Amino acid sequence: MRLAIALILLVATLFVISLVVGVAAVPPGQALSALLSDDGTPVAVVMRDIRLPRAILAALIGAALGMSGAAMQGYLRNPLAEPGLIGVSGAAALGAVLSIQLGLNLLFPLALPLASLAMAVLAVLLILLLAGPRGSSITLILAGIAISALTGALTSLVLNLSPNPFAAADIVFWMMGSLADRSFLHVALAAPFILIGGLLMLSLARGLDALTLGEDAAAAMGINLRGLRLRLVLGVAAAVGAATAVAGAIGFVGLVVPHLLRRAVGARPSALLWASALGGAAMVLAADIAVRLILPDRDLKLGVLMALVGAPLFLHLIFRTRKEMS
Amino acid sequence: MSLMTLRELTVRRGDCPVVDHVSLQVAPGECIGLIGPNGAGKTTLLRGALGLLAASGNSSLAALPAADRAHAVAWMPQAREIAWPVTVERLIALGRIPHLPRGARLGTDDRAAVDAAIARMGLEAYRNRIATQLSGGEQAQVLIARALAQQTPLLIADEPIAGLDPAHQIATMEVFAGLAAEGRSVIVSLHDLGLAARHCSRLLMMERGRLVADGPPAEVLRPDLVDRVFGVTAFYRETEDGAVFQPMRVTR
Repeated sequence: MRLAIALILLVATLFVISLVVGVAAVPPGQALSALLSDDGTPVAVVMRDIRLPRAILAALIGAALGMSGAAMQGYLRNPLAEPGLIGVSGAAALGAVLSIQLGLNLLFPLALPLASLAMAVLAVLLILLLAGPRGSSITLILAGIAISALTGALTSLVLNLSPNPFAAADIVFWMMGSLADRSFLHVALAAPFILIGGLLMLSLARGLDALTLGEDAAAAMGINLRGLRLRLVLGVAAAVGAATAVAGAIGFVGLVVPHLLRRAVGARPSALLWASALGGAAMVLAADIAVRLILPDRDLKLGVLMALVGAPLFLHLIFRTRKEMS
Repeated sequence: MSLMTLRELTVRRGDCPVVDHVSLQVAPGECIGLIGPNGAGKTTLLRGALGLLAASGNSSLAALPAADRAHAVAWMPQAREIAWPVTVERLIALGRIPHLPRGARLGTDDRAAVDAAIARMGLEAYRNRIATQLSGGEQAQVLIARALAQQTPLLIADEPIAGLDPAHQIATMEVFAGLAAEGRSVIVSLHDLGLAARHCSRLLMMERGRLVADGPPAEVLRPDLVDRVFGVTAFYRETEDGAVFQPMRVTR
């Protein structure tokens, strides 16, 4: 309970900070009042059409990635699992890369996220087909690895054969992940998928707790492993597919956030779901504030910063684990 | 009333039957030991009976909807998995999952069941310890308590006492016998024939997938059967201090 309040306060604080930080130097008080009452000034436009959707997307995507990470780790009973493992983020990236390469994104602005989402849906169907009818986790991992490898190879192939250096540069920058210049159209596109994915993942709570004892014991306690795996795949795919479609590849959130919070929730997989959603939202909001503060005129990419911060954080976790083991 | 009825239960791996036409019934108040050499099909029989493996023939438990089955039988698998560093109390409370409506917290009944399971297994001192940091034997006791907390009429445990020290092996078998005395039933697979002879009211002996003997220990642990199935000779006497069974020599 105390953890929930602390995390909600943290997310709320970062959300407000995210609204008052940006390229246009506007005093925080004026910025927030322009947000609340449309006074027709450019400040109101900046606040309502640029910063607000950006902050909302940061929170949504962070929550999607954090919760997906907790769900994957809980399901696979492996603290190294992460949302990308089922191959959906790789497929979403491939969709985006194809749309940039083919110039679709120049035709209309939502072509890129839509192509990305379509590819994510395709990947989900393929995973469900490959993973087979039984509810086992090992076939799911194998299917995920196969699809990740395939989409990674196809993405490289597109880059390899790209005749257009500008498209290639666009692709590379897109793959670094960013929330710059996103609009409410992106929010409208991603939010429904992320909300549905979130609800599906929250419905896993009891099954994930039971899986602490292994698949056999969970099945004997009345958990339907097939239904559980289906909801996991659909939930993670909806949330991560939508997040990748609008923001590009943002790593480490789904891996690190559940790690950081596991001890605080007493290691219960069910409690880790909502805690990681809030933690992920806070982490992406903070990172998105940081990219605007550190190098305001160089367009530092969110995914790059996240990896820069995430890797040492992960090292710290490794050392902590080693100390606990000795 | 029967807690479990198997009729011609058969589990195949490819063409080879791993469990071959096994029929049996479990009545309330029985402490049943399932014995047999490695590879005789003990675990496969139990998993098939629970509906965790595809099987032909009939199992009254496998025929139940999953949610009802979780109220009829508790299962402790041989693999002692504890995936996350949760406290012992929380781990044992997982046994209450089938009794909780979706999303509900533990009620007073559930807490009472958890406390009773902790008391029965003598785990009071471990209540707030982290389960993954316990020794293998301690983890086994915690997992037995988890299955007890499910409060089902039938408990099936696959080699629950393997790896326990003698005192805890005896104490655990006494817990199972105590459950039987209360009218619940237990099926426990085990390799220690001495403990099986002393504490079980009935033994099931398996050999290459078939149930070759089913009855009180004195009937099942006949020298010729023990020789044929296990390939050992044994010392077996009813003493004033209970039955004593000790395998002596390998015969082949």
